[in-house]
Amino acid sequence: MTPLLTIVVLVLVAIAIWQMTKIFELSQIRASNSQVASETDNKYNGYLMFAFLIFLYGITIFSFWKYSKVLLPEAASEHGGGYDSLMALSFVIIFIVQTLTQFLLHYFAYKYRGDRERKALFYADNDRLEFIWTIIPVIVLAGLILWGLYAWTNIMDINDEDDPLTIELYAQQFNWTARYAGNDNVLGDANVRMIDIDNANILGLDNADPNAADDIIVKELHLPVGRKVNFKMRSQDVLHSAYMPHFRAQMNCVPGMITQFSFTPTITTAEMRQNPDVVDKVKRINGIRAEKAAQGLDNSDPWEFDYILLCNKICGKSHYNMQMKIIVETEEEYNAWIASQQTFGKSMASAQ
Amino acid sequence: MSVTAHAHVEDHSDDHGHHHKETFVTKYIFSQDHKMISKQYLITGLIMGFIGIMMSLLFRMQLAWPGEAFPIFEAILGKWAPGGVMDADVYLALVTIHGTIMVFFVLTAGLSGTFSNLLIPLQIGARDMASGFLNMVSYWLFFLSSVIMVISLFVEAGPAAAGWTVYPPLSALPMAQPGSGMGMTLWLVAMAIFIASSLLGSLNYIVTVINLRTKGMSMTRLPLTIWAFFVTAIIGVISFPVLLSAALLLIMDRSFGTSFFLSDIFIQGEVLHYQGGSPVLYEHLFWFLGHPEVYIVILPAMGMVSEIMAVNSRKPIFGYRAMIASILAIAFLSTIVWGHHMFISGMNPFLGSVFTFTTLLIAIPSAVKAFNWITTLWKGNLQLNPGMLFSIGMVSTFISGGLTGIILGDSTLDINVHDTYFVVAHFHLVMGISALYGLFAGVYHWFPKMFGKMMNKNLGYVHFWITAVCSYGVFFPMHFVGMAGVPRRYYENTAFPMFDDLTDIQVLMTVFALIAAGAQLIFAFNFIRSIFYGNKAVQNPWKSTSLEWTTPVEHIHGNWPGAIPEVHRWPYDYSKTDDNGEYIIPGQDYVPQTMPLYEGEEELQH
Repeated sequence: MTPLLTIVVLVLVAIAIWQMTKIFELSQIRASNSQVASETDNKYNGYLMFAFLIFLYGITIFSFWKYSKVLLPEAASEHGGGYDSLMALSFVIIFIVQTLTQFLLHYFAYKYRGDRERKALFYADNDRLEFIWTIIPVIVLAGLILWGLYAWTNIMDINDEDDPLTIELYAQQFNWTARYAGNDNVLGDANVRMIDIDNANILGLDNADPNAADDIIVKELHLPVGRKVNFKMRSQDVLHSAYMPHFRAQMNCVPGMITQFSFTPTITTAEMRQNPDVVDKVKRINGIRAEKAAQGLDNSDPWEFDYILLCNKICGKSHYNMQMKIIVETEEEYNAWIASQQTFGKSMASAQ
Repeated sequence: MSVTAHAHVEDHSDDHGHHHKETFVTKYIFSQDHKMISKQYLITGLIMGFIGIMMSLLFRMQLAWPGEAFPIFEAILGKWAPGGVMDADVYLALVTIHGTIMVFFVLTAGLSGTFSNLLIPLQIGARDMASGFLNMVSYWLFFLSSVIMVISLFVEAGPAAAGWTVYPPLSALPMAQPGSGMGMTLWLVAMAIFIASSLLGSLNYIVTVINLRTKGMSMTRLPLTIWAFFVTAIIGVISFPVLLSAALLLIMDRSFGTSFFLSDIFIQGEVLHYQGGSPVLYEHLFWFLGHPEVYIVILPAMGMVSEIMAVNSRKPIFGYRAMIASILAIAFLSTIVWGHHMFISGMNPFLGSVFTFTTLLIAIPSAVKAFNWITTLWKGNLQLNPGMLFSIGMVSTFISGGLTGIILGDSTLDINVHDTYFVVAHFHLVMGISALYGLFAGVYHWFPKMFGKMMNKNLGYVHFWITAVCSYGVFFPMHFVGMAGVPRRYYENTAFPMFDDLTDIQVLMTVFALIAAGAQLIFAFNFIRSIFYGNKAVQNPWKSTSLEWTTPVEHIHGNWPGAIPEVHRWPYDYSKTDDNGEYIIPGQDYVPQTMPLYEGEEELQH
């Protein structure tokens, strides 16, 4: 596949150069050419403008037809549904405007292509027209702004109502760690100055803080479905960004400060794996991976869908592979899992 | 004001006939002539552009065929591509320097520097810039900064690699990545010099436009190019110093142990002493320049497109006053929207609301401009010269790219597409490709003025059509990659099986990118060949009304051999007719700005 594509590229470049020299030669014959567009140039470029319009529509349709399937599946969080609707509305507006304006632009370029007989219309101003196309964007944008701000305020309103679960996401080059607040649901104080690698205090928790003793430090994020989660983000070295695309959630992790984001997962991992879009995607990807396996290539193990946390702020060499698995499960499964984890207090005691 | 200014100009015109003999050095190297300086900017910018585009090809190949060995990688990258496989560190360095070079060195200096220098004196009717000496210093500082940036590519540990925004702490801590060592220091030094260059240039442009307009050239008779350059220079003066402060504070954090941007850092097994600083502060300072910067890049392109479109449509630009108003509105709003780059940076979400509001407002003047350009084409007599094609292409990519700004400018929707390929697609179309089209349009259109030769139009057509198809081919599918959740600045996406089915899109985009870059060779060939062997240009090849075409083809110091022409009308009297429907000047569909108004002729727009 790869050598073939390389060859295709080279051939296309060669054709381009060959065409270029040919055209160049042709242009040499008419040495008196003024290099200003002639009637023929206007005609052909006018036609090409129309063809380009068709190309634009074509690539749009092609992309939607071919690539819609790669998009993220339905949102797995409570606010995600509203997010997706607002996104859909914005896209509808964008495509209406795009289709119309590109049509007008290219159609005019085709229709009014230069001609010796044609006389351009001296048309310098029209206040009414300009008012119309000022006021229409104003109204449309006002609607989008209002809806967007309403959604934003709700998403960013991080409070302790509805008994949220408090979890710290801790970023470092190049991995994630999560810390559950434990039975008291309060995270113990922490600072990088208290990090003690030798004694397994990798997040710099304050031993003297009673809230820290029941904290649970893990490398895999388990969330109970239907319960609000308040995330507190920290970073120990450089900027990172906690990106959870399936939940339409993202927040930067900034050294020296605690940032936060909150959402309620609504679909368990097990349910999501049954989602038809996800089933399709997994099948498709496992097809690709089976092909790779047959050729003895890397990254060819069969894949099972999982929610994922990615780093989305450039953070150094292995930025591209800084991830953590997220598992959304039922309350019972979650309780069973959390009960099996060791608390910070216990791991400290055993380390000593 | 104008009385003294004109008196000065008249004085100048008297002594121009017996100025000193130019030596090679004063004519071609340390020239103080704005026309020569503009050529110097253009050629330096194009060379930097060649480097920047080459880099993008390298990392696009890596993205399409991750981990594949290419002999070209080893040939160009040497030790950073052992066995021809690109190293992850150098991948980040390539995207960083690609961004820096394209934004600052090509689209700021190469575009605005070239055409502000060329067109401001010529279109307002001035002998030269207000200060030829500062203008020369400005170019040579730019040149020095380019040289330092290029040198930084060759340092032992590699060039800066923290992304073109160089956010600390990554950029501040040499232990965080190799690129944050000497390479980063040189990056900061180069940028500090670049800012000085840009400020000198901008101040000069502002003073020149205000003071040196010829008699009759009121502000409402200026071509839109001049309005765009003028306003661009103003926002440059307002915002570049803030970047300088960010760069200086970052230099202090890096080299003198201060904590402006750093706090609570534990890296490679030890706690650093930094306390109390905030990376978010850096983000604010950076984007206070960074956002106006994208308008510094696009406004000159918009101005040139307006001018070229009117000339080639043989029609006045539609809504001249609205165009000026929207330039001013865009410039004003551009300084209060920077926070939309920081919705999820950890800053107060209320600020996010404010910046959403101001950001979406900027769509209004942008929409007005787009509609006015389209209406300019309506019922025109379009002369489809290469410059005109690039202008139409610019409007097309500006609309396509600008529309997705509605999504990114909305703090809610930004959450899930922030820092993904959706952003990359958006800004490449709206300011990268659009501004490049503006640059190409300007080069094709004003080449006869710069070099006294015509560029080959057929090569221009081939260049345009390949570029137009390929740039959509690269950046349209890229939106889907972003919507699938692929973060930008990933060396490869193979660590996430969920991105496996995107590989064929990556290959498609890379193939388009390679072809597009090949088409730029056509341009380079045409450009160089036309300088030496191009057809000789006539004085006014595009039958344009503006003043630059009243100067002789051969460059002379002082621009006009005799007195500076006086201006009597706005620059858009194309196809203007009298009451009987006949052209004002029989047999000629344009009226030069120097032509006095006829009796009973109405002067529109003033």
